[in-house]
Amino acid sequence: MSTYPDKNGRYGEFGGRFVPETLMSPLAEIEQAHNEAMKDPAFLKEYHFLLKEYSGRPTTVTFAKNVTEKLGGAKIYLKREDLNHTGAHKINNAIGQALLAKRMGKTKIIAETGAGQHGVATATVAAKFGMECKVFMGEEDVRRQQLNVFRMQLLGAEVIPVTSGNKTLKDATNEAMRYWVQHCEDHFYIIGSAVGPHPYPYIVKEFQRVIGDEAKAQFQEIEGNLPTKVIACVGGGSNAIGMFSAFLNDNVELVASEAAGMGVDTDMHAATITKGTKGVLHGSLTYLIQDQYGQVIEPYSISAGLDYPGIGPEHAHLASTGRVKYESVTDKEALHALELLAKQEGILAAIESAHALATAFEHAQQMASHESILICLSGRGDKDVHTLMSYYQEGTANENTLQAAVTR
Amino acid sequence: MKTLFKQPLQDKKLFIPFITAGDPHSDATIELAVALQEAGASAIELGIPFSDPIADGPVIQKASSRALKNGMNIVKAIQLVPEMRKKGVNIPIILFTYYNPVLQLDQEHFFALLRENTVDGLLIPDIPFEESEELRKKCQEHSISFISLVAPTSTSRIKMIVENAEGFVYCVSSLGVTGVRKSFDNSITTFLDEVKQYSKVPVVVGFGISSKEQVEQFSNLCDGVVVGSALVREIERLQTSLLNKNSRQQAIDEFRTFAHTFGA
Repeated sequence: MSTYPDKNGRYGEFGGRFVPETLMSPLAEIEQAHNEAMKDPAFLKEYHFLLKEYSGRPTTVTFAKNVTEKLGGAKIYLKREDLNHTGAHKINNAIGQALLAKRMGKTKIIAETGAGQHGVATATVAAKFGMECKVFMGEEDVRRQQLNVFRMQLLGAEVIPVTSGNKTLKDATNEAMRYWVQHCEDHFYIIGSAVGPHPYPYIVKEFQRVIGDEAKAQFQEIEGNLPTKVIACVGGGSNAIGMFSAFLNDNVELVASEAAGMGVDTDMHAATITKGTKGVLHGSLTYLIQDQYGQVIEPYSISAGLDYPGIGPEHAHLASTGRVKYESVTDKEALHALELLAKQEGILAAIESAHALATAFEHAQQMASHESILICLSGRGDKDVHTLMSYYQEGTANENTLQAAVTR
Repeated sequence: MKTLFKQPLQDKKLFIPFITAGDPHSDATIELAVALQEAGASAIELGIPFSDPIADGPVIQKASSRALKNGMNIVKAIQLVPEMRKKGVNIPIILFTYYNPVLQLDQEHFFALLRENTVDGLLIPDIPFEESEELRKKCQEHSISFISLVAPTSTSRIKMIVENAEGFVYCVSSLGVTGVRKSFDNSITTFLDEVKQYSKVPVVVGFGISSKEQVEQFSNLCDGVVVGSALVREIERLQTSLLNKNSRQQAIDEFRTFAHTFGA
């Protein structure tokens, strides 16, 4: 049975709280407020009401009949987080943390975002609750995710382009943390993935476990048993941890897909578990892509949502204990899977989610027809259309790939 | 417990300057350290450049990037200390580093390096008290002071942190990251009084101190100041001259004069 995180926020040796002293009291206050909130029926009632009435939960579980027939192996099911309001699982956590902020009397929100989905989700709930919202986003991501930047601005949020480092998610996170250190007394920092100092990885998991809880019940209703395998993509790992949480103590194989970019034998990937080593970044001890002297290396993936050099500490723990298997998927493999799903099922997945699809499709072909795979389809691909267009029009490398090659 | 400052403090206030190792290059760092001692420094904080310095503002971030581009790393930075000693630097040297570079070295090797190279103290801004036990013990074994930071938000944590402090207590002047500030909140007096009440070691204020007036303002409230960004900004201004052999001496002289305003 899982008893983590412990009182120091550790998942085995991973996790913890490696932050400037200034943030220690604010983190303790958030931990206490969260613990109290999760025991308060009124809070939970409001959270679940908003998930239902505002976000459109429960999201469905779809049997991918055509893909299943085409691949000729295990039955493939999709947990449709893409059907959420704002188009991804990120809204579950944004609603939860914004409610927590409200409960703590905070009216100013900060967030960081890579692909923009967490930024959009946060800007959305901030608008809903009448809160001021600043979203930190790497300048490079601002450029490649213009649609989401504009959405955030329409929702009334201020998008702050970050110019340090490689101008992507890692740098946006550094900048959001710096801003928070300065404004921690009246700002709530909504972290978007299962990363950061304790209690954030735990809070994010608690607000994302709705994915797994729902999916498990729905799957049992459809199939009368548990899936053989459950598969989700991981960058920081929030949709995966939410999905896996319901199955950790079941006899179900859990597989996570990380971004191999141009391949794990190149230096252009974001495969943190496959290629990373233990280290401390953004407040927690986890696996990192870094050099021998502890300088963090900018990762690469065609998916702006997966190019993070670290991973949530609970994933680091699940990998080290072997409970979850972490496999890597290249850009090309992910896009093939995306295309297959679009053409066979009429569902355009986010490139992040396409990594999980690629892993699942490969597994499915090796499995028997009475077996089944449940995939977390974490989000829809609308935001990625621009990236996809350049990829297909230019044949091979898209502009992100070229840009990453140039900055390396 | 090791005493970082051997002389009784009496009337002289502590002036602890911060510079980044390898900014703008290794030779300059050694000469800048000499100049700081001549300008009245009581100790030197030697910053190890890190790719993700979340406790630092833009001035020190940029210095880190410059040093990393020059190939600086934690091992090379520690090895600058004996070079400084050869040039006559005899004041305590405190290594300022984020936790990740430290974690990547074998810990026995790391502490052996610190000892061999006569490093006196270790300051890691992303290691709060709760995560510090192991490093603290290792530091004690090797007679190295583990410097603790205490912040205005520390409130109920002040006593715990300060009672365990070694070398000196580093009080963060205000919320936020390192960087120049125009003024400080009045509540700092109450904060410093509480710290002094529990402290057995000197109480020093840092983050944002950038003028002689500010040093004087704090001299009545505590035992000394840390000056970082203001000096690093001056190094940034002088970098072209520091990189050029012919103009380096003049740049070092200018830097010494500037540093002297804090150390006099």
